[in-house]
Amino acid sequence: MDKRQVMGKRLNRLDGVAKASGKAKYSSDLNPDQLLYGVLLTCPHAHANIKSIDIEDAKRVPGVTSVRVILGAGKEVQWRGAEIASVAATSEPAARDAVRKIKVDYEILPHLVKEAELSKVGPRARPSGEQVSGDPEKGFAEADAVSEGIYGVPVITHCCLEPHGQIVRWSGDKIDYWPSTQNVSAVGGDLAKSLGVDVTNVSVDMQYMGGGFGSKFPADIWASEAAQHSKASGGRPVKMFLDRATELSIAGNRPSVFGKVKVAAKSDGTMTAWQSETWGSGGMTGGGLNADLFPYVFRQVPNRKVNHTAVSLNMGSARAWRAPNHPQQAYITFSAMEDLAAKLKMDPIDFFLKNIGTVRQDFRPTYERQLAKGMELIDWKKNWHQRGDSGKGPVKRGLGVGFATWGGLGHDSKCRTTINPDGTVEVEIGSQDIGTAARTMIAMVTAETTGIDYTRVKVKLGDNHYPASGASGGSTTTGGVSVSSRKAAVNAMDKLFEKIAPLLNSTPDQLEARDNTIRVKGDPSRSMSWTAACQKLGIEKITEMGENVGRNAGKEGLITQGVAGVQMADVSVDIETGVVKMNKLVIVQDCGLVVNPKTAESQGYGAGIMTICAALMEERITDQVLGKVLNADMEFYKLASMNDIGEIIVHMDIHPDNDKRGIIGLGEPVAIGGMAAIGNACANAIGVRVPSLPLTPDRVLAALAGKGRLA
Amino acid sequence: MSSKKDRTRRDQASPPPESATKTKSAFSRRGFLQGAGAGATVLSTALLSEQEAEAANLAAAGPGAVDITLNVNGSDMKTKVEPRETLLDTLRNHLDLTAAKRVCDRGTCGACTVMMNGKVVYGCTVLAIDAVGSKIETLESLSAPGKKPHPIIQAFVNNDAQQCGYCTPGFVMSSKAFLDKNPNPTYEDVKKGLGGNLCRCGTYMGIRKAVLEAATELKNGGARA
Repeated sequence: MDKRQVMGKRLNRLDGVAKASGKAKYSSDLNPDQLLYGVLLTCPHAHANIKSIDIEDAKRVPGVTSVRVILGAGKEVQWRGAEIASVAATSEPAARDAVRKIKVDYEILPHLVKEAELSKVGPRARPSGEQVSGDPEKGFAEADAVSEGIYGVPVITHCCLEPHGQIVRWSGDKIDYWPSTQNVSAVGGDLAKSLGVDVTNVSVDMQYMGGGFGSKFPADIWASEAAQHSKASGGRPVKMFLDRATELSIAGNRPSVFGKVKVAAKSDGTMTAWQSETWGSGGMTGGGLNADLFPYVFRQVPNRKVNHTAVSLNMGSARAWRAPNHPQQAYITFSAMEDLAAKLKMDPIDFFLKNIGTVRQDFRPTYERQLAKGMELIDWKKNWHQRGDSGKGPVKRGLGVGFATWGGLGHDSKCRTTINPDGTVEVEIGSQDIGTAARTMIAMVTAETTGIDYTRVKVKLGDNHYPASGASGGSTTTGGVSVSSRKAAVNAMDKLFEKIAPLLNSTPDQLEARDNTIRVKGDPSRSMSWTAACQKLGIEKITEMGENVGRNAGKEGLITQGVAGVQMADVSVDIETGVVKMNKLVIVQDCGLVVNPKTAESQGYGAGIMTICAALMEERITDQVLGKVLNADMEFYKLASMNDIGEIIVHMDIHPDNDKRGIIGLGEPVAIGGMAAIGNACANAIGVRVPSLPLTPDRVLAALAGKGRLA
Repeated sequence: MSSKKDRTRRDQASPPPESATKTKSAFSRRGFLQGAGAGATVLSTALLSEQEAEAANLAAAGPGAVDITLNVNGSDMKTKVEPRETLLDTLRNHLDLTAAKRVCDRGTCGACTVMMNGKVVYGCTVLAIDAVGSKIETLESLSAPGKKPHPIIQAFVNNDAQQCGYCTPGFVMSSKAFLDKNPNPTYEDVKKGLGGNLCRCGTYMGIRKAVLEAATELKNGGARA
């Protein structure tokens, strides 16, 4: 570990100045010559048949180059916001005018857009079937305490600040595609497939992207529409990005999960049985929650009965949302367990530790260590009290805890590294930097291997002509690109050492690269500067490949998977107004070997803030009568501001045992346990459980009045 | 939430476009309303009564595109816009000044923050024709070729106060305006003063530190070499 030169250092991200100065060009910023603007017409009804559609008036709007029907007469529309038609025009106002001129006659059909009350969803419920392990009845019978509760996490959206969209130019056989994507290497193929063209004709270029969080993998309908409009115009580029209301209605969401949970324990806290009936929706398909994962983390409870019902709604479809399903499962699990601990009058930390034997074995010592660290950082022993025992006065303070686990194995990735005679090092990789600092980490890994400053490494990504690398989802990028760029750099350095060794009267295996020099191990006097060494290449640069194959990576040992984390919250609740205020959030997380603690902590802060948003204010509100999202805007779809988050401490669990496990992804696990921690802190403060998130004043006051409900 | 209050307060603190009240604009608010569909237009038009508009005796503009000159970052820039086009869309689509971003498009998130006559405004709630005659400064004005990054920009980098970076230009401009007025802010001042901008990646912790660091740097000369 002490031999590392770059890895593990707190370094600034390489594209920081470009972004903070506004020079970074996102796809939505590009203004190529002859640009046309594309706008969608979306369906205003949650469920309808299209009787007729008339685009003739729209075509006549000055500036319009083409109008296309996406869903024509006779088609059934299953959610409000579904794409009906699209327009391209020389200006955005003209395109919007034309969209308003499209006449659609709908036959309105019955819809369902709310799922919090399972009894009201009728035939839209699709139960997965009960799964039983052990003997739940016996488990409940032999318990000393049983806690029953209802818990809910409503649908939230990704709310990417750069909306979904792209610019496409289809000229002759060639398609230039500037998307906002998490999937540079594969999204071109996706578009090619939908257009029926060969993938080799599609060039993808994306240098910066403004947030995806799991919602930006595919080439969407609006990408193929932009392409078709471009073709129709004779090859003019078409920019089509969703407006905010459409973004919040159809560009993905995180499925809701509601549940009735019964959990039991002996008087010493040993859990004897768990029973959960959960339901939720991610739109038409219902969402894909696996009931077998309850209870989350503490999964090996001896007696278990679980069932999950997916509810099909007339709403836009769910997409992967940072750690799919884990945050909801964590909230429901740890809320129910904390309620049981409160019933037993146990400190929840003691309760969770008592049941640590139900956690997968290799994580037990990690969680124990992380709980101890978290307790220290949030001053648990001093600040925790029995539930509701929070003193006089209207402002009550409480603490809560949640847990997280994730895989994070590096994805398949290829990389090409070139050492040039002028001393520059270029890394070409078909990956993307979605804000995680992937660009910087690739440079750091390469710098570690070549011994040069990381700022001297030129990382070229965001282009599907570079060697293919996986999509950035599921915390798989850092592991994947680290292995491929490490291997490519090692292979390139082997070639450089072969060239330089004779000049230093040594052999390649005796050389090392450090501090911008190539030198003989153990004899620093025999060395050559990096620049001088590269000059010896003459006119021949060195170019080498490196590859990570995800399924083989474990055997090679550079990366592994499987991480644990703990989140703790400290909140104050005003029981007169119902306002919940964050005092502090503590995140303790391991992710193996940390490449850059500075940007890793940023992932932790960011994910922590996302959990605060979801815990306190964020929800997609639908109206059953209108069949629409009522808050498809940023005034009423509330996100936390800088003044709402309290203090956040991110403690990366850096120590030699974790370093030995190699690099593991981080983006998901830190986004999981915060909602549970905050919900538990609120219950600890006010003495009652607020069943459903977000903990808005109305919900808090209802719970205090004994009227806590899911809907 | 307190943030909402802060946002409201800041919205109110944002001045009505100067041209509407002081400078004699070449455009009639009543005239261009006929060609406008945006809610924001109706809102800002309501600031001026019909009689006042009549009294101003201004020529009608629109509904078609009109030639305007905007003073942006010290340069007069000519372009042709429809009266309903926002300052933000004009900067981005007509003048290729894309640091300010279109995110909420209705004055909530601050990603389109620019300065008009030294005061922060949301570019999405100002009409381009109302910005005629005003001094507009965008984030681009903080960078000059061959110069070191502005201390606020460097502080954002040093404190990793950005992830995807899409909200960052708005935050940097808000920070500039905030520090112009509050050169010696406390940590609490920063939290309140920048509570009107939204970030989705969650970069607030870095931004808090960055603004304090930038304040120190600017006081120590903040010299841009």
